[in-house]
Formats: sequence, C-alpha cells, structure tokens
Amino acid sequence: MSITVPLLKAAQAESAAPAATDVALDLRGVGKTYDTPGRPQVEAIRNLDFQVGRGELVCVVGPSGAGKTTLLRSIAGLLDVTKGEVVLDGTAVTGPPEGMAVVFQEYGRSLFPWMTVRQNIELPLKEKGIPKAERREKVDKALAEVSLTEAAEQHPWQLSGGMQQRVAIARAVAYEPTVLLMDEPFAAVDAQTRAELEDLVRSLWKRLGVTVLFVTHDIDEAVYLGERVIVLSNRPTVLMEDVNVDLPPERDQLSTRSDPRFGELRGHVYSLIQKAKAGHRPEGEEA
Amino acid sequence: MTATTYAKKAFLALGLPLILLAAWWIASAGSTNPFWPSLQTILQTFPETWTPERLAADLVPSLARLGIGFSLAVVGGIVGGTAIGLSPTLRALSEPVLEFFRAVPPPVLVPIIALFAGYTGWLGKIVTIALGCLWPILLNTVEGVRGLEPTLTDTAKSYRLSWWRRLLFVVLPGASPRIFTGARQALSIGVILMVISELFGANRGLGASIVQFQRSFAIPQMWTGIILLGLIGVLLAAIFKVVETRMLAWYMGQRQIERGE
Repeated sequence: MSITVPLLKAAQAESAAPAATDVALDLRGVGKTYDTPGRPQVEAIRNLDFQVGRGELVCVVGPSGAGKTTLLRSIAGLLDVTKGEVVLDGTAVTGPPEGMAVVFQEYGRSLFPWMTVRQNIELPLKEKGIPKAERREKVDKALAEVSLTEAAEQHPWQLSGGMQQRVAIARAVAYEPTVLLMDEPFAAVDAQTRAELEDLVRSLWKRLGVTVLFVTHDIDEAVYLGERVIVLSNRPTVLMEDVNVDLPPERDQLSTRSDPRFGELRGHVYSLIQKAKAGHRPEGEEA
Repeated sequence: MTATTYAKKAFLALGLPLILLAAWWIASAGSTNPFWPSLQTILQTFPETWTPERLAADLVPSLARLGIGFSLAVVGGIVGGTAIGLSPTLRALSEPVLEFFRAVPPPVLVPIIALFAGYTGWLGKIVTIALGCLWPILLNTVEGVRGLEPTLTDTAKSYRLSWWRRLLFVVLPGASPRIFTGARQALSIGVILMVISELFGANRGLGASIVQFQRSFAIPQMWTGIILLGLIGVLLAAIFKVVETRMLAWYMGQRQIERGE
C-alpha cells in the first residue's frame, strides 16, 4: 500500500501537468530515499506534488526533521531525487539549473570571504558572460536594492550578520533567476534584523516580480511572507496541506501581525504542524 | 601604529638576539681555543671572507637552487594536492604512499638521488630540495581542499561556476591558508636540504664552503658561514611573512573578527 499510493499520485500528477508557462516550478511526485551502503535506508521524502506559479511567493514549513533541507537541495539540483521530477520552466532539473539562485541559511559560509562584496556578487555574472560595464551596473543596482551601496568594497566578514545575508540576497537578485530559493535564510539573525529582512524579501519580490520559494521552520514568518504556505508532514515527508494566505498584499510587521485573519491562519498552520509532529498524516497516507 | 608600538615591536624582535650576541661575545672574549674563536674575531673575519665575489660564487647558486627547488615543490604540491583533495578515488589510491613518503626523512634521499641525477651538477641538488619541500605542501593542500566549507561548494555549484572558475576563485583561495602552512614548513626544510645537498659532492655553495673551511682549519671563516646561514633563514622568513600577510589578509582579518579581537 505504502508503495502503490505514491506511484498512483505521481501518475496523476504527470497526466495533470499543465503546459502553460505560468508555472515556474513544478514538483511531480518527488521522493528521496537516502541509500548509503552499510546503513539503513532513510526515506526522507515520500511524495511531494506542488507547483509554484510565476511571480508567486510560496513558503514551505514543516516540523523539524521534515526533510526541508533535503527538499530544497533537490529543487536546487544539488541532490538527485530518487523518484519523480522537479521541473523548472518546463525542463526537468538534473543539476543546478540556469534560472535558479539559492540563498543559504549560513550566510557567513555562503559568501566567499576572500572576495569583496562586489566581487561576490559579480562572480556569477562573470560566469554568465555579461560584459564588464553591465556587470558593474547590475552589481550597483542589486546593492542599492538591499541598501548596501556603501559596503561594496568591504569584505563580507567586516559586515554584521544581517548585512551579510543582504549581500547573499543581492547576489541572488543580480543573477536574475526565474526562481529564488531561500533556505531558512533568517534563522541565524536576531529578531529585529529578521523583521527587516522579511520586509526586504517582500518588497524585492514585489518590485522585481521574481518567483520565491521560501523554506522556514518559523510559522509566523511563513504566514507573514507567503501567498501560500505549504505544510509538510514529518518523515517520510508528504504534503499536509497547501494553505492559501488570503491576507492583503500590503503587509506590515505591526498591522498584518495583529490582523485577526493572520491569527487564524497562523493558528491553522500551527495546528497542522502539531499534528504533523504527532505523526498524523493526510488521508490515504501511512507512516 | 604609533611610534611607541613600533619601538616596542622592535625591542621585542631584537631584544633576545642582542642578549644572546652579548653573552656569546663575553663568553668567547679572549678565547685561545682554535675551534672556539672569539666572536670579535669571527665578526672581523666576516667582511673579508664574504666578499662580493664569494657571495656571487657561493651564496647566489645556493639560493638559486633553493628558489628553483622550492618553486617546483610549490607548483607540484598545489597541483597534486588539489587533484588528490578533489578526487576521493585518487585519495584512496595515494593515501598509503603519501604516508610512506612523509615518514622518510628527506636527507636520506640525498644518496639515492646522487645515484640517479649525479651530485656535481645542479640537478641532483634541485631534485633533493624539491622532493623534500613537496610533501608538506602536498599534504597541507589536500587537507585544505578537503576542508573547504560545503556551503561555499554548494554556492559555487548552484551558480553553475565552470570548473576552472571554481578552482581559481573557490577551491584554491579556500585552501590557501593551509597551503601557506605547508609552504612555511617546506621553506625551512628547503634551507636544510640546500646545505645538506652541498655537503656531499659540491665545490661551490654555502654548505660546501662551510665544509671546506672546516677541513682547511679556517675555523673563524666556518663560523661566519654558519652566521650567514642563520641570517638567510631570518631573511627568508621575513619575505615569506610579507607575502603571506598580503595574500592571506582576508583570512587574518576574518579570524581576528571571529575571535573578537
């Protein structure tokens, strides 16, 4: 039973796959089992089907150990899936795809400390073969977007944690990806900086029209940021619920968070996570 | 830096050498033992022994061989170490061999190399220095490449950096602190091997001169050779430090901030 159900679902997903280009990212029956010789098999992700529309901001939450990082690394093409496929812009992901940029949780470890902020942002653009003058322009623009123009010639380690993460975001933005993946990017910064960075992500998303998939363990953050919140079950991961966030598009740390609807959504996602933690799984799924 | 901190640094750097020199001077003053000449005699002998002609004939070739051997080891160590560090297969293959060669003291190689490369010319000496210097650089490069932060590697991959950009902008800079550690160890081994390689079959060179002075009972001259050797060591270490400070400025700055200094 536990084998046939995901297969069935995968087949359904494939037949229902839309050809329209308004889907930026499409997960079709994605599963990941770690099979290291000499160790017991670990089924991290059993079956995940969801889509992220072009220009959408979708958050992914789940209980700790729900395979969030596995999922993100699979979408980023850094990890091979064992079942199903991840499709970006109509092309199956087999390695890190062209139209994707990733902002990692460990900002201090994702920036190259031997390069200045400018060089860090410029390196991926060099790889794209963008001429020098244009590169400079794009770096300046990206730095302005995250209000870090004055830090261009500094090294990342000379900046605060929040500023470093802004550099990582600027690097991703300058790359002009179809989909921006963010892996718990604010987990390691203090609460005030976190609120600032959340608003930065919202405003960048609006201004630049980029598609964002934001993975977090923080329920408030997920509801505050997302247009949709995808709630994951515990291991082996399946989809608990795809929650639509019907909050007004203009969000504000004070008014949005005190909005009764915010409270309801937050409570709903919270109870889903609690259920997931207790081992509850959606109907038709067995642990 | 203010003048006082400079003065303090200068005092710390020069204080102990001056005390040791003074002690040597006093202890050896008026010595009549021919093997143990007074420091005064040695210092007086220094300029007449190490004339520009002799420096050009003995010191320059020694340093040139050291330079060539050391450079070959740096290039070979970095290339080999990077390849081994990046490839698990290569690592599994080479690990026991590397451990074996690391355990062999480099001077032991001298007679063997002499058999194949001869010992009157430059080749054997350069090979000795290069082989001795190779291992610390190679092994440290392997460790440096392996110890690369996985998130940095993921970042490089997700931005689809080509392999040579990854090598040049990510792998090598990331491994550079370890490469420098290896190169520093290699440099002192290189100086030792520079001398040892000349003790056996050479008539020119710093090591050869010291042996010849000793055999011809030119004892004060022998002592000046030893002092000159020490001075070269100090000079090389200083040059190394300058290069390291320039190239690893990011690393030192980062560490300083991490330690909260």
